[in-house]
Amino acid sequence: MGLLDIQNLSVDFQTAGGLFRAVDGVDIQCERGEILSIVGESGSGKSVSMLAMMGLLPWTAKINADKMVFDGKDLTKISKRERRKIIGKDMAMIFQEPISSLNPCFTVGFQLGESLKLHLGMNRAERKKRSIELLELVGIPAPETRLSAFPHQLSGGMNQRVMIAMALSGDPKLLIADEPTTALDVTIQAQILDLLVSLQKEKEMALILITHDMGVVAETAERVQVQYAGQRVEEQHVTGLFTDPHHPYTSALLNALPERAVGRKLPSIPGVVPGQYDRPTGCLFAPRCAHVQDDCHGNVTRQSAELGNALCNHPLNAKVTA
Amino acid sequence: MSTAINAVDLKKHYEVGGGMFRKPGLVKALDGASFTLDAGKTLAVVGESGCGKSTLARLVTMIETPTEGSLDIEGKPADSSSVDHRKAVQIVFQNPYSSLNPRHKIRTILEEPLRLNTDMSAEDRGKRAAQTMERVGLRPEHIERYPHMFSGGQRQRIAIARALMLNPRVLVLDEPVSALDLSIQAQVLNILADLQAELGLAYLFISHDLSVVKHIADDVMVMYLGKVVESGAAKDVFANPRHPYTKALLSATPNADPVAKKERIVLTGELPSPLNPPAGCAFNPRCAYASDKCRTSAPALEKLGDVEVACYHPVG
Amino acid sequence: MSDITNPTPKKETSMRRRMLAEFWFYFSENKGAVLGLALMVILIFIAVFAPIVAPHDPIQQYRDALLVPPVWEDGGDWRFLLGTDAVGRDMLSRLIYGARFSLFIGVVVVGLALLGGVTVGLIAGYYRGAVDTVIMRMMDVILAFPSLLLALVMVAILGPGLLNAMIAIAIVLQPHFVRLTRAAVLNELNRDYVTSARVAGASPFYLMTRTILPNCLGPVIVQATLSFSNAILDAAALGFLGMGAQAPTPEWGTMLAEAREFISRAWWVVTFPGLAILITVLAINLMGDGLRDALDPKLKRS
Repeated sequence: MGLLDIQNLSVDFQTAGGLFRAVDGVDIQCERGEILSIVGESGSGKSVSMLAMMGLLPWTAKINADKMVFDGKDLTKISKRERRKIIGKDMAMIFQEPISSLNPCFTVGFQLGESLKLHLGMNRAERKKRSIELLELVGIPAPETRLSAFPHQLSGGMNQRVMIAMALSGDPKLLIADEPTTALDVTIQAQILDLLVSLQKEKEMALILITHDMGVVAETAERVQVQYAGQRVEEQHVTGLFTDPHHPYTSALLNALPERAVGRKLPSIPGVVPGQYDRPTGCLFAPRCAHVQDDCHGNVTRQSAELGNALCNHPLNAKVTA
Repeated sequence: MSTAINAVDLKKHYEVGGGMFRKPGLVKALDGASFTLDAGKTLAVVGESGCGKSTLARLVTMIETPTEGSLDIEGKPADSSSVDHRKAVQIVFQNPYSSLNPRHKIRTILEEPLRLNTDMSAEDRGKRAAQTMERVGLRPEHIERYPHMFSGGQRQRIAIARALMLNPRVLVLDEPVSALDLSIQAQVLNILADLQAELGLAYLFISHDLSVVKHIADDVMVMYLGKVVESGAAKDVFANPRHPYTKALLSATPNADPVAKKERIVLTGELPSPLNPPAGCAFNPRCAYASDKCRTSAPALEKLGDVEVACYHPVG
Repeated sequence: MSDITNPTPKKETSMRRRMLAEFWFYFSENKGAVLGLALMVILIFIAVFAPIVAPHDPIQQYRDALLVPPVWEDGGDWRFLLGTDAVGRDMLSRLIYGARFSLFIGVVVVGLALLGGVTVGLIAGYYRGAVDTVIMRMMDVILAFPSLLLALVMVAILGPGLLNAMIAIAIVLQPHFVRLTRAAVLNELNRDYVTSARVAGASPFYLMTRTILPNCLGPVIVQATLSFSNAILDAAALGFLGMGAQAPTPEWGTMLAEAREFISRAWWVVTFPGLAILITVLAINLMGDGLRDALDPKLKRS
């Protein structure tokens, strides 16, 4: 059985203009020791589904799921107190902005120690020793002196390493990285991605990498789930996704990459992601899709795993695989 | 072909952190950049945070004056009080959420440059605004709306339209697509390419995203800590990077191809603080080829084959 | 594309309505704020229509009815619902007319403080440097005094009277606006749209008034509502000390002062003006809270 099994997760936000559906019937499965990447543009609900699972959404969010099981525990049934025990220990998360994820008032050492105390109940000496070990693990030079540094004294890359160290403090079975390198420079991004992958291998933990960057996905992920407007539109192994995409959205997205461009002009996707007030009926991508047909405005069928689980009536390259 | 901008050894130094009793530190945000930008061409400035690319943008748009060096716009020394020069150079920012005044209607945003610099009638201004909106792919009837009613991509189109209102010769594009989603990024890049072909605009394209630069640029200037380390035609620099930093930057850029062979040079260490740059070549603490010479004296930008490189031990 | 030539004004109004709806959504989340708003609406109605609402003239003295208690007390008179004061004036009518003064004081004081404070704050924030230092230290000096004491000193210099009291209170309240505006300006000054206006060739005056100012008004408006209640309180205090509105003006603070000596004999002459001040100030503060929730984007939930 997998480590994480979410079925038919929906999240609605209460807003001034009525309910807004941010996540729409998403399934997420993640095995132990696997790298799953959730890729999508802004508004695709990729972060919201993870936050919903961790119970970190504001009260305006209404969360519904048929099933939400992590490590054999049903997250929909357990109490908030029990959930808090899991979060931060067995399931940890790092965010996009490392500097704002750390409390600027406390030293790195204190914040690391806090999470160790909270989840593992270590005493002071053990905490210090473990903190140094963790900082060493994430490749911070001179960890003893860095313990007394404040977040603003460290660079963005160093802060992200500290965040990773904190996430690792409870030896998590699952690490969720939400755009972990978006705010960082390219050379630092390469360092952090290498670190995440090597730690994932070493600790045999599962890694869910949320990103919008196709390059990052191609270089790190094993399995990729593409989300669009709150729906899971395709799910494939990474090589298959990049060479043989089945959902028109995935295909169009890949074609829009500047590095794949042949001429001066990039093949772009017309229009924008539907918002709260212009959500189409039927397939949500239909208004922007180049392969749209009449039946796309009615029911949409989920294709088989061979066709990338594409949420599309007319998946691409259907004959090739059939 | 006419030269739109000619910069010679531009420098900008800031004094920072000076208190009542403390000596201020000197940050050399930009420490000698020379380049020529021709009409209809795109010069990309590439580098990581703190490399001086945004400072360069502020100098070229005359928001700030250089500490040293000369800047010529269309053959004449840059003068921020000259209406002609102000009209000639306009800027598009990275974040379309902060670059449009949230309390102004699109009409006001677009007409403002005209109202400040020309004596066009209100009717003509409105016509011009509507035309420009159509040109960047916006619906002119949305002119009475406020920025928050638009998506990021549409806002960036509005920002581009505003920059076009004065018929500029040069657009400084400060990371114009890095805040946008991939599908929107392609739309905006296409608009920029069309406008350049149509109006013969010169672009100073500032970016950290090498895949975008590779697609759009004619020439590339790679910067590190205020200095130009490599410059030349984009095809030459990308095909055969000579500076170790350029090479590392290229290899660190994720490639959206999972089966491609990866030969990654992961740079160790972080960017040094601009307040306290290393002696000699600024890149030496992170460079695999650094020698004693690199630690004591800084190499000058010199011609090497098709490109110019500032390095004692060029690679490739 | 037929709708390119036909602008759709209907859509624009619906946009504006949606913005208004959003504002109301956040405002109405706060039940206290809605209560405050309701009280304020009633108060404004009473103040505007005082001559119609009030049963008597506020300075008319009924010599036959001195210190008549409210109707529900023994000896109450149906002519005077809330009783009369020591010279036989109807309490209810005086309170109703007093609402006029209180609101008038609030509007004038806040208007003066807002105008002065925002201008000075804008200049300080925009020019920074020496100008900023001089202005802000001056504001610090004003803030260093207990506000009522300073107002008192100023009224003593200018001479007692409602107008002078209002000017004094405006000066005392002004530094809050200066600080708030300056902070907001500093925040906005580095935004790209300001730079963009500068590249377009905007003059400092244009930048300050057209580009930056509209974006700083949110917090200033909230501060203005909260200052409104402060102004009413301070004016009442000055009136009570004999430095504000002079008798026979039916100003609530002055009414309290006049009634001081009857505090043990006739509770109603003291209680009702006090209650009026309390309710008004409470209503405004509740409303201000709701306004802050609705206008401050940081508190917004998406």
